[in-house]
Amino acid sequence: MRTGWKAALTRTLVLGPLFVFIYLPVAVLVLFSFHDGMVPVPPFEGPSLQWYERLLSSDRFTNAAWASVVVALASSALATLLATLAAWGLARHRVPGRRWIEGLMLLPLAVSYLVVGLGLLVAFSAVGVGKSLWAAGIGHVVLNLPLAFVVVLGQFDTQQARLERAARDLGASESQVFWRITVPQLRSAILAAFLLCVTFSWDEFIVAFLLSAFDPTLPVVILSMLRTGLNPQTNAAGTLVFVLSLLAAVLFELLIKKRGPSEPTGR
Amino acid sequence: MNPQGDDIGTRLTIEGVSKRFDSTVALDTVSADFAAGSYVVLLGPSGSGKTTLLSILGGFTAPSTGRVLLGGTDITELPPARRPTATVFQDYALFPHMTVGDNVGFGLSVRGVPKAQIAERVQAALRLVGLDGFAGRPITAASGGQRQRIALARALVIKPTVLLLDEPLGALDLSLRRQMQDELRRIQRAQGRSFVHVTHDQEEAMAIADVVVIMNAGRIEDMGPPQRVYERPRTRFAARFLGESSVLPGAALGEAAAHVALRPEALVIGLAPTGARALGDAVVQDAVYQGSFVRIGLRHAGGERLLAKVDPRNLAGGLVPAPGDAVTLSVQPHGVVPLED
Repeated sequence: MRTGWKAALTRTLVLGPLFVFIYLPVAVLVLFSFHDGMVPVPPFEGPSLQWYERLLSSDRFTNAAWASVVVALASSALATLLATLAAWGLARHRVPGRRWIEGLMLLPLAVSYLVVGLGLLVAFSAVGVGKSLWAAGIGHVVLNLPLAFVVVLGQFDTQQARLERAARDLGASESQVFWRITVPQLRSAILAAFLLCVTFSWDEFIVAFLLSAFDPTLPVVILSMLRTGLNPQTNAAGTLVFVLSLLAAVLFELLIKKRGPSEPTGR
Repeated sequence: MNPQGDDIGTRLTIEGVSKRFDSTVALDTVSADFAAGSYVVLLGPSGSGKTTLLSILGGFTAPSTGRVLLGGTDITELPPARRPTATVFQDYALFPHMTVGDNVGFGLSVRGVPKAQIAERVQAALRLVGLDGFAGRPITAASGGQRQRIALARALVIKPTVLLLDEPLGALDLSLRRQMQDELRRIQRAQGRSFVHVTHDQEEAMAIADVVVIMNAGRIEDMGPPQRVYERPRTRFAARFLGESSVLPGAALGEAAAHVALRPEALVIGLAPTGARALGDAVVQDAVYQGSFVRIGLRHAGGERLLAKVDPRNLAGGLVPAPGDAVTLSVQPHGVVPLED
């Protein structure tokens, strides 16, 4: 431990402004969602839940929220399943060009969402798939796959390999090994990957905007709400999005901290 | 037929098995044939190829050349899941997300055995290893010795034709290890199943083996019943490794063999008793009192290092010699073993 008040002061001086800079805007957004007035500017009046009431009685908002929930859950589930299978295949079998395949799996992380979205738009229209929630969902699978792959791949260690070898030795087929040993062992990592995908999909804008048409997701609707100017209703919408993301992020942190049960040494 | 009612009357045959990893040779044309129901111990220092051989028997490693036969059937190409072998792994590899009972029943469950029958056989297997009533407990609550038994029960419950054990007692403390040796031996006898057990512990090998296979540098140096291998080793390596014997050129004792082994307990320091064969002078290099014997390292006049284990009562004045002492050395005739190689 570093000595005394100097260290504490340094910490406060460095971290204090940092946290204020990051969280003040969010705090203001949340605060003015409870504002009792037409324009979200100081001084604060209220609190009032009227903007939430209006928001939740708006079909446009609730439809979009449902569309977002469905897209987030479904695309994340599919991305996580595909990523887990890919990671398992690459970690457990001698695949020629393994490094290249891993690289190709991860590359989309470095590519702008705009480029991925435009590519998908062009590809979809070339094969005759129209703009729709489905298209947006597939787009999110494409975006989330590398993310889930990274999270799950890191969990395939030698301890895991030994357990799978023992299962095979006892007569388990490859699918039995996967479902009865690999998946339960990687449960935390798989869930964490899923939650991470959900948070990304939940507030993803560009791809959803490019690929959806009459049934937009929440971020798309919120942006169109903003076009008509700031009002506390957009603050309320932002707050709801933020709370749900926060919830998923906290769950993700908890799961990553508490890794899957590993076998203590046999001594 | 054995007491379990499954057919285990099968020989295990290893035919010219080699294994090369890139440029290194882990196994060099190894051949052996073991009768049904044998307790075979593969003994050797690390890097001798014993673990590679076990891994080939289990189907985890493909041999570069050669075949493995079980009851005359070639199993070289069979994957582990379809081999009539089961392995007790060095780290046990128990499934931490399952109970003790689910671990033991895993091999039956993946074969689609009905649940009631699994429960019955799991209970019998746990009783066999002395863990009756442990089925519902989590794996994480088991001690090291219990884990070893659970791993054993999990492998035995699927009635393997050959049970493979990879240094199964290595993680246990000495007293527990000696106790488990006896139990392994008892279980193997009771079942009449073939066991192949890898270890680098000479005492463990002597205590449990029907057949001990001494391995070194990817080859079998000697194999046979422990008593024969201990008393009449074939090679210099086997003599040194199993009995701590010293090796001298045959000519030094007027023997026809190129080399002879001298067993440490047959060496005599000081006045030669009647019938003993003189070895000439030697210099004491180190001497350690170990209770029932004194362990003395010597440098022979010919330059070879010799090891003697001498009863303290047979030392002049009962005194442990000091390094640098010059002594006269002889050997009882029963302790001179001509070697083939």
